[in-house]
Amino acid sequence: MNYLFQPDQLVALGGAGLRTLAAWAGLPVWAADMTGTVLVMFGLFGFCALAVMVLVYGERKIAAHMQARIGPMRVGWHGILQVIADTIKLMLKESEIPTQADRPLYRAAPYVVFVAGFLALIAIPLNKNLVPVSLNVGLLYILAIGTPGVIGILMAGWSSGNKYSLLGGMRSAAQMISYEIPLVLSVLGVVMLGQTLDLYKLVEAQSIWYIVFQPLGFIIFLIAAVAETNRNPFDIPEAESELTAGFHTEYGGIRFAYFFLAEYVNMFVLSALGATLFFGGWRGPLLPGWCWFLLKTGAILFLFFWFRWTYPRLRTDQLMALCWKVLTPLAFINILITGLILILL
Amino acid sequence: MTDKLFFNNQEIDETLDTDAIVLNMGPQHPSTHGALRLILKLDGEKIVSATPDFGYVHRGFEKMAENMTYLQFLYLTDRMDYLSAIFNEWSYCMACETLAGIEVPRRADYLRVITGEMCRLSSHLVWLGSMGMDLGAFTPLTYTFREREMILELFDLLCGQRMTFNYVRIGGVSRDIPSGFAKQLESFLDYFEKIPDMYDQLLSDNAIFLARTKNIGIIDAALAHSHAMTGPNLRGAGVALDLRKTDPYSAYAEFDFNVYVQSEGDALARYRVRVEEMRQSTAIIRQALAGLPEGEISAKVSRVFRPPAGEAYARVESSRGIQGFYLVSDGSSKPQRCRIRVPSFANLSVLPKILQGVQVADVVAIMGSIDFIVPEIDR
Repeated sequence: MNYLFQPDQLVALGGAGLRTLAAWAGLPVWAADMTGTVLVMFGLFGFCALAVMVLVYGERKIAAHMQARIGPMRVGWHGILQVIADTIKLMLKESEIPTQADRPLYRAAPYVVFVAGFLALIAIPLNKNLVPVSLNVGLLYILAIGTPGVIGILMAGWSSGNKYSLLGGMRSAAQMISYEIPLVLSVLGVVMLGQTLDLYKLVEAQSIWYIVFQPLGFIIFLIAAVAETNRNPFDIPEAESELTAGFHTEYGGIRFAYFFLAEYVNMFVLSALGATLFFGGWRGPLLPGWCWFLLKTGAILFLFFWFRWTYPRLRTDQLMALCWKVLTPLAFINILITGLILILL
Repeated sequence: MTDKLFFNNQEIDETLDTDAIVLNMGPQHPSTHGALRLILKLDGEKIVSATPDFGYVHRGFEKMAENMTYLQFLYLTDRMDYLSAIFNEWSYCMACETLAGIEVPRRADYLRVITGEMCRLSSHLVWLGSMGMDLGAFTPLTYTFREREMILELFDLLCGQRMTFNYVRIGGVSRDIPSGFAKQLESFLDYFEKIPDMYDQLLSDNAIFLARTKNIGIIDAALAHSHAMTGPNLRGAGVALDLRKTDPYSAYAEFDFNVYVQSEGDALARYRVRVEEMRQSTAIIRQALAGLPEGEISAKVSRVFRPPAGEAYARVESSRGIQGFYLVSDGSSKPQRCRIRVPSFANLSVLPKILQGVQVADVVAIMGSIDFIVPEIDR
């Protein structure tokens, strides 16, 4: 068995190995499982950091080539180590706290934002039999656990003691809460088709990709996902040219890195969710499951990048109008049509 | 709550529900294009009042002119509107020539027109990119800078400088076009032919771009006149005032081009005027290059320039509007008084009027569409 191409087998083997080790050392089984869980979490964090590094490098290169540039070239082959250099720089930098800041909130905010994104990641089925935490309400869990991130952004905006940050935080709260609604409504069609909230079973049910039945649902999902992650054309909370950097204007060093990490993790989670719900997750011929999963996620992420480097930014009121007057009614219509077809067939 | 609430060291009055906050936009801000400061009073996202504050790069050009010879000051004029430096030199030299009654050779006039229109192109390219940037679209900037780079290389070939050219001199221009310049310029023009259409694809027809610029920052003709606005901003308000056409100076009477006017007066109209002007500039350069007459490139001017006592005012249509120099001579080698009319100052003065009641996001869209340049305002 080639373990490199079967990471789920590797994890299972690791778990069995830990239990054997515990039995040999005379420790109870739960201690072995607990250790296993902690190790998996570390592994996930590593995966998370690695994925973000790949994403950042990928985005910089893709953006560069879209813009008639070449992007990072100096650190490593074609600048491949640039992200690592940047990470080290961010970690070594002094992380200042403005005198006006509300210190405890200011310190906590980046971690709240990051943890919300990270917790969503654990319920995503990465491969057949490789679901870090399998939940029978996985979809509900992911949609719900991402929400506290708004609180973190609001905390950052408020506690910085900077007016730009405050405006950014307020904008972000309004935007992210509004866009949760079309986001949740858009995936309801999939839930109706699959008759379950378990992501694993939803993938199993997709002998034909759900995008075929839910094209409108996917478009709404994609737009809402871009807005949820505060990416251009919906990057109003950050709005470089208006609010300098919005809620994280004052942040630097490792705290800024966490905001950065959170943005990319959120993007990854929502793309992975899109791949899982609409494109059949790990399912696909020839290649191992996790390859298919990453490919599909990557394709959706590419759309995120493409939007960012093509479109201008919307204004707050236009953004709200789009959410409440266009996306939400369309999502309801989508649910209605799906329901009618399900009843009639 | 007995404790008093503070935000930014200011006590918050709890009896009021909403309070206007004062936001200092600039002088260090990505969208104020240089060191301009806007004092915005905000009610939520809405602007209650906006007051531009400038002078951060004031160098006292007008006073400096009095302590320098005419030729020495010529080099400084480049540093005002650094994105279209030719126009500064041009209007200054025209004023000097009027003072001394110098006739500029035709070839020099043609070369001035060519370089001037090249400057207009490069300036409009920078504006287009930064306007896209202000609206959150980063990509147009890299494209426009790619094209601008080609123009700057041409300037490099022509006079060894990329931005502060020193090319226009009293009586003519500093040097003739080098060999290969005409060919390279022509191939650039061929390349540039399709470029404005590409920008149209990227920005002008984009639904988000239209939503962000249509009916934003409306300046009607009356308002524009009352603030002495000129240039593309005025033409975007429906007034066909273009000195190149209405009061042709230099060789402009000999070229065939249109003055493009849009009547809406919003940010989109100003945008469209500038994009169309790029096409017109290309046409003018083509004609000037094709009909470039032979002859001297400079009139005979004595090494120490001492115009007779008197006064003169000369103006040109720069990429931002009417740019003029008023010079008073007392017969010595230094101007007695120099007064500069810059388009950006007048164009900027309309900001408090049109920013009232718009949203924060519109502020950058409007400022981008007005296209001012701060060193010129402060000078």
